[in-house]
Amino acid sequence: MPKRFASIWFRRLLTDQKAIRQPELKGKAYVFAEPDHGRMLITALTDEARKFGVTEGMTVADARIIAPDLQVFDGIPGRNLKLLTGLAEWCLRYTPYVQLDPPDGLLLDVTGCTHLKGGEKAYLQEIVSRLKAAGYHIRPAIADTIGSAWGVARFATSGLIVPEGAHRNALMPLPPSALRLPADLLIKLRNLGLHQISSFIYMPDSVLRRRFGKNMVLRLKQALGQEAEYLFPLKEPVPYTEQLACLEPIKTRPAIEIALNDLLERLCKRLYGEGLGLRSVLFSWYRIDGKNGNIKIGTNHSSNRVPHLFKLFFIKMDTVAPGMGIELFVLDALKTEPVSDKQSEIWTLKGGADNEEVAELLDRVAGRIGSAYIQRYLPGEHYWPERTPKPDPDIKKAPESEWRTDKPRPMQILDQPEPIETMALTPDYAPKLFIWKGEQHLIVGADGPERIEREWWDDPGEHRDYYIVEDEAGSRYWLFRSGHYNAENNQHWYLHGFFA
Amino acid sequence: MKATKEEIVSKLRQDMLRWEGFRPPKPGADNDLGLGPVAAAFPDGVFPTGAIHEFISSKPESTAATGGFIAGLVQKLLLSGGACLWISYTRRLYPPALKLFGVDPDRVIFIDVPLQKDVLWVTEEALKCEGVATVICETKDLSFMESQRLQLAVEKSHVTGFVLRKDVKKVNTTACITRWQISPVRSQLRTGMPGVGHPRWQVELVKVRNGKPGNWIIEWKKQSFQTIIAPRIIEPARRYA
Repeated sequence: MPKRFASIWFRRLLTDQKAIRQPELKGKAYVFAEPDHGRMLITALTDEARKFGVTEGMTVADARIIAPDLQVFDGIPGRNLKLLTGLAEWCLRYTPYVQLDPPDGLLLDVTGCTHLKGGEKAYLQEIVSRLKAAGYHIRPAIADTIGSAWGVARFATSGLIVPEGAHRNALMPLPPSALRLPADLLIKLRNLGLHQISSFIYMPDSVLRRRFGKNMVLRLKQALGQEAEYLFPLKEPVPYTEQLACLEPIKTRPAIEIALNDLLERLCKRLYGEGLGLRSVLFSWYRIDGKNGNIKIGTNHSSNRVPHLFKLFFIKMDTVAPGMGIELFVLDALKTEPVSDKQSEIWTLKGGADNEEVAELLDRVAGRIGSAYIQRYLPGEHYWPERTPKPDPDIKKAPESEWRTDKPRPMQILDQPEPIETMALTPDYAPKLFIWKGEQHLIVGADGPERIEREWWDDPGEHRDYYIVEDEAGSRYWLFRSGHYNAENNQHWYLHGFFA
Repeated sequence: MKATKEEIVSKLRQDMLRWEGFRPPKPGADNDLGLGPVAAAFPDGVFPTGAIHEFISSKPESTAATGGFIAGLVQKLLLSGGACLWISYTRRLYPPALKLFGVDPDRVIFIDVPLQKDVLWVTEEALKCEGVATVICETKDLSFMESQRLQLAVEKSHVTGFVLRKDVKKVNTTACITRWQISPVRSQLRTGMPGVGHPRWQVELVKVRNGKPGNWIIEWKKQSFQTIIAPRIIEPARRYA
């Protein structure tokens, strides 16, 4: 399929944008100026200002003399790039490949997109009418190559849609500046009397290269389609995406939910046909006032079940701010994975912990509280009590070793062992009584000690001698003495847990 | 004529049980959770699965005992497959200890909810999920309306839920089918032996819908519950709803 490119030239990007923001400026003569070597130079101006004879690069002082009513605004460097990025994002609804073309244009790869709007003419018509309605003065063109589309958009007076293969003829009457050449080269060409591309297009490459340099030949060849040129898209297009453009701006929550459900159904149908499921989905919306936003969800296992995915979005639905109304919804499948096509087991009501329903439940919980708070423990091969349960977020992973059952372990454990006061016989008897939180517990039965050494390669410190003790009331505790007895330190008994 | 009347009454009793959310166990399903004589306190003599059970504890010692008792029940519930979720706000449970009560700690999914208000939301979502065998929720407060919501969720999904209420200051009415209070008691070894014996608890069934509340001493020994003395029914005439 032959490539087709569109170039959109925003003739007066900055001043148009100002007039959209401040409608009272419409039809007035005003300019943007930026400081340069201690004077203010005009960088952008309206047609009305141009009528007075003001041009770009003129100082503000000079311009004020010829146009006394001229309004001057401070230009912000880089403003045009910001505006173009916004416009490029808006254009993503027409094609997935959009490239910024600074200082004042956009390039679109429209191959295979135009038939969606009923042909190239209608396609261009829609872009033009919507941008014009917004208040931009634009000049678009569609041609076979990026170079020719660029030139035609800026310099041709008619025939903005160049038919396939006709770009060479379309370029002929255009001035050399339509070839995206630097200014010094253009002056050289003008001095030589080469006012049209047709006057040098037939010259041999070697002659052009010797006279005007490599760049000139490259640009000419790119415009003619003899040299490849590529777009660098603003956003990496995702292979699975669906969009929904609304006839009327949408404001209400039920309408947004319908739109989301519709998109999910379309996307999941496509994925289902290819045996794929979603792991990560991005739902974005574009508002009529140019603002946009998105919600992202992730799943534990690949899924193409619409009700489940919808529920995950539903949890975050409150963040959608429709404002004046939403005109476009896009659903991008950021990550897809083959879905396991095992049939749901109807006869066994409850499968293992990794069954679909539990995975979907965990997705919903993760959507609300965050996946970091869902924890599962595998046996860690450590004696140190704090490290014995090893957290592992993977729900499906099977333990590699057995849980130890030879030593009793408490049902409840304190994150930080709490210091207690004890009365114990030296050297290694269990305490006779201990005081915890001001309450005295008289010990009637005890087991121990169980010495647990620190893992010296991980952390330095004292070993612990653990005792299981039972008080008069029958409560069972896990106490330990940290290190050996010594003369200066007597606060070394701790309470670490409670037995069932 | 008299026999028919009795039949009608007993049928009505059965119907009322069903309307109140109690379901008779499916034929063939093994609902015996190894509670022994305690099971006699429940309606129809079986532990009601697919319902919400409330456990009250006022201090960490009894929370640990309650945890052990619940783990012993969960062991049997997990035999038929399904996941186990342990939802809590401030969790102190030490997973390796579950193994001593027959529950594989790696089969339990712990959800440590960062905000207390989300605990019941997560619990309700979990109770609605049919792939889950049992849900244990550690929380502090449970209002009547919240407990009703949980009960409605399990009536549809047949999940067994345990609500462990820690540090309860004031006990309020809830829609849970039972209310338990479990506290540790002195363990016993053979006379003359030093040390600490098997876990032993005072298990108090404070409330049970359509059953008889009771009080037992139970020991966890050889991976099962052992009732120490014969059950002593308090006020058999009175019925709690």
